[in-house]
Amino acid sequence: MHNKTIAELSQGLANGEFSSVELTQAHLDRIKRLDPKYNSFITVTEDAALASAQRADEQRAAGNAGDLTGIPIAQKDLFCTDGVRTTCASKILDNFIAPYDATIVTKFNDAGAVCVGKTNMDEFAMGSSNENSAYGAVKNPWDTNAVPGGSSGGSAAAVAARLVPGSTGSDTGGSIRQPAALCGVTGLKPTYGRVSRWGMIAYASSLDQAGPFARTAEDCAYLLNAMAGFDTKDSTSIDQAVPDYRADLNNSLQGLRIGLPKEYFTDSLDAGVQQVIQNAISEYEKLGATVKEISLPHSELAIPAYYVIAPAEASSNLSRFDGVRFGHRCEDPEDLLDLYKRSRAEGFGREVKRRIIAGTYALSEGYYDAYYLKAQRLRRMIKNDFVAALNDVDVIMGPTTPTPAFNIGEKSNDPMSMYLGDIYTISANLAGLPGISIPCGFVNDRPVGLQIMGNYFDESRLLNAAHQYQLHTDWHQQTPAGIE
Amino acid sequence: MEWEIVIGLEIHVQLATQSKIFSGSSIAFGAEANTQASAVDLGLPGVLPVLNEEAVRLAVRFGLAIDAEVTRSSVFARKNYFYPDLPKGYQISQMELPIVGKGELEITLEDGSTRLIGVTRAHLEEDAGKSLHEDFHGMTGIDLNRAGTPLLEIVSEPDLRSAKEAVAYLRQIHTLIRYIGISDGNMAEGSMRCDANVSMRPKGQEEYGTRAEIKNINSFRFVERAINHEVERQVDILESGGKVVQETRLYDADKNETRSMRSKEEANDYRYFPDPDLLPVVLEEDYIQAIKDSLPELPHEKRHRFVEQYQFSAYDADLLSSSRELAEYFEVVAKTAGDAKLAANWVNGDLSASLNKEGLSIKNSPVSAEQLGGLLARITDKTISGKIAKQVFEALFKGEGADADAIIDAKGLKQVTDSGAIEAIVDEVIANNAAQVEQYRASPPEKQAKLIGFFVGQVMKASKGKANPQQTNEMLAKKLS
Repeated sequence: MHNKTIAELSQGLANGEFSSVELTQAHLDRIKRLDPKYNSFITVTEDAALASAQRADEQRAAGNAGDLTGIPIAQKDLFCTDGVRTTCASKILDNFIAPYDATIVTKFNDAGAVCVGKTNMDEFAMGSSNENSAYGAVKNPWDTNAVPGGSSGGSAAAVAARLVPGSTGSDTGGSIRQPAALCGVTGLKPTYGRVSRWGMIAYASSLDQAGPFARTAEDCAYLLNAMAGFDTKDSTSIDQAVPDYRADLNNSLQGLRIGLPKEYFTDSLDAGVQQVIQNAISEYEKLGATVKEISLPHSELAIPAYYVIAPAEASSNLSRFDGVRFGHRCEDPEDLLDLYKRSRAEGFGREVKRRIIAGTYALSEGYYDAYYLKAQRLRRMIKNDFVAALNDVDVIMGPTTPTPAFNIGEKSNDPMSMYLGDIYTISANLAGLPGISIPCGFVNDRPVGLQIMGNYFDESRLLNAAHQYQLHTDWHQQTPAGIE
Repeated sequence: MEWEIVIGLEIHVQLATQSKIFSGSSIAFGAEANTQASAVDLGLPGVLPVLNEEAVRLAVRFGLAIDAEVTRSSVFARKNYFYPDLPKGYQISQMELPIVGKGELEITLEDGSTRLIGVTRAHLEEDAGKSLHEDFHGMTGIDLNRAGTPLLEIVSEPDLRSAKEAVAYLRQIHTLIRYIGISDGNMAEGSMRCDANVSMRPKGQEEYGTRAEIKNINSFRFVERAINHEVERQVDILESGGKVVQETRLYDADKNETRSMRSKEEANDYRYFPDPDLLPVVLEEDYIQAIKDSLPELPHEKRHRFVEQYQFSAYDADLLSSSRELAEYFEVVAKTAGDAKLAANWVNGDLSASLNKEGLSIKNSPVSAEQLGGLLARITDKTISGKIAKQVFEALFKGEGADADAIIDAKGLKQVTDSGAIEAIVDEVIANNAAQVEQYRASPPEKQAKLIGFFVGQVMKASKGKANPQQTNEMLAKKLS
């Protein structure tokens, strides 16, 4: 059962081939057996999962089943779940049990999906390797010496290891697309404002966007159908009708205009990855697409802009973790200042502290104009690059990452080199555009992802392009060794 | 050296919405601690603010009432600092683009003169919670009921030149916010709070001196006292050759002194930046016009009209327009009585004294404006004298009759205007007081004017106050000559 896609499982449940309780139990068994190797879950909610599987079966028996009724999924551990702890992979929230559900959690519950647990991640979604977790690094199912990417590394690894058929992530600078690429699965970051941020613990509010992981684009369409939509509780969510994301999957790609940004194909791109991407582009040409070179002239400014804006917002967003009302509080504080200092010093990990300090600096009096305002100007320039480019092409394609997965520990003492790995994904967040990463080959037996970016609210087109590719290739069907 | 006092006020006004500015929690005063704090107010992880539209409407009302620029696209910003009663570690406020820009307010001083005071800006923000330092065994309790209460912070220009002017300005704001219904202005419950920036400069100097900010002066009386105290403190420093340091000082009402809270060096760097959880507030012309159309006659407009229409002094006009209820009450009385001056005297005099004595406001006056107007009409048409009217008023105040006429009838207080009846009493009084009559007749005219009072008194006594005073006077003058 674990090798089936959501589409197949949905059909199987509908046909009565198995029940949701059986399906859920099978996945829980796999998690119990295999996850000690990958560490992709922080919390497994076995009892609650079986209870909701039971309800899903009853719903189906009553004739009220939808596409996702009874399908097991996992939630990244930054989505608040009523009554289940939500840690953000941080010691500071180790004991935090949210008294409410994030909007997307409610939506999946309403759709009848069965949440089997909360996945590991980089602490507060800050990281590209999942090494920054208070609950230990996640290992890449393709090679347990390799990182799974981050920050949604647990969600990507869990899908790659067939522990769940689908999961959720959040993407602030590539945190869905990059781990999807490194774990050989499909991951979609929707347009900013497409999915509600209510209940998603904020890293950088103007960049954060939730999205799905699955093995196929078609499955991502199933999941996005449940997640997307306007939410009155999130002022930045956008009141625009949600299409059926499955409707356009089978459209022909004849005449699809693909743009290849010349700034993405330079020396900093691994030669092996470049070859794999070229092959994927050729496949698209065979499917009837036309390809042209485009320019996104301010691409190289994306990383500096991001590493001012995201830490600035984070430095403020993370102020609420002060040891006063919830979360970790230090023992026997001497006074208020001591309580703040030690609770936060003990509760936050190194990378989180690094970004809080950088962000605090960028917003400080006398530096605000030079850093924060300038970064906002760069952000507008980057956005304008995309808007101009998307006048001439339908989608923009390129590598999701400059290299395949690196080894655990390889970059953990070199944050700059880690940050540079996000060079192709960060721009979409700064511009607010949607992007998807799909498996398109291997380099040194590690997966490579093809990134497809498109215009605002053009998720259907991205899913269509990805699905058509997956109909004609089998990279997404490859299975890591030892997964069976 | 002669010093000039320079004062600017920052006034926080709690807006009269039903719920908080960024959450649906109630803002009712006096609830049990933390019962009006939702996940948003607690700043739990993952929550997001959603702006309360009513708070925006009330802020725009204020902007239009002080003839200010209403910002077409205003922006919320985060003011970052750590404090236990600030749940998110930042306050959502407005910095660069406040909803209300430059405006002005006319104040009336005690001598009846008026001044225009500049309002620099007014911005929307959320209130913090409350720290409770008692009853927690050396720990601090936090009550977040107040956290997220909508506030409008009104910042004046440094245009005020004395503590009295500062109080007059504060009163004018207080009057205005209640006129336009954006706040109850209840200072005791913290619905209106005031900080004052005070500095001194040698008279004639253009440049401002170094200022101190005095925090949390929460009554009209304390504002005056705190500022006067601070002025004295600064003058002492300056005249002994010292320098005022820029700092925040806290007023202690019990000791009537200010003491240093923190110096400029210790001041927080609030790291303001636009709140990425909230979009700019874009206001359309129709929306602003509709609010403009809904504004009542404003205090200064009323004041000017009262001076013009009723020929009142600026002082009386100011007094009568100091609240919308009072002004409306007065105008009904004036109309019913047909005499605005008489109405003003009674409203400011007997009515106001009786209400004060009973601790009542004009809103719950036991004598309605129609009743008082009806009573005064009986003075103007000479049914009763002013003296009898006081008796009738007292009876009305005690609820003894439906209106003045009923009381006049029931008590037989109707004035005697029948000249025959008055003549009979006058004759009797002259006959019974031969010695006084003699003395009167022997006196020069200016003395007679005084002596006649005795006879009037006797006539009034005999008529139980009902004889028409004017007729009595004329009759006596004639008969005694």
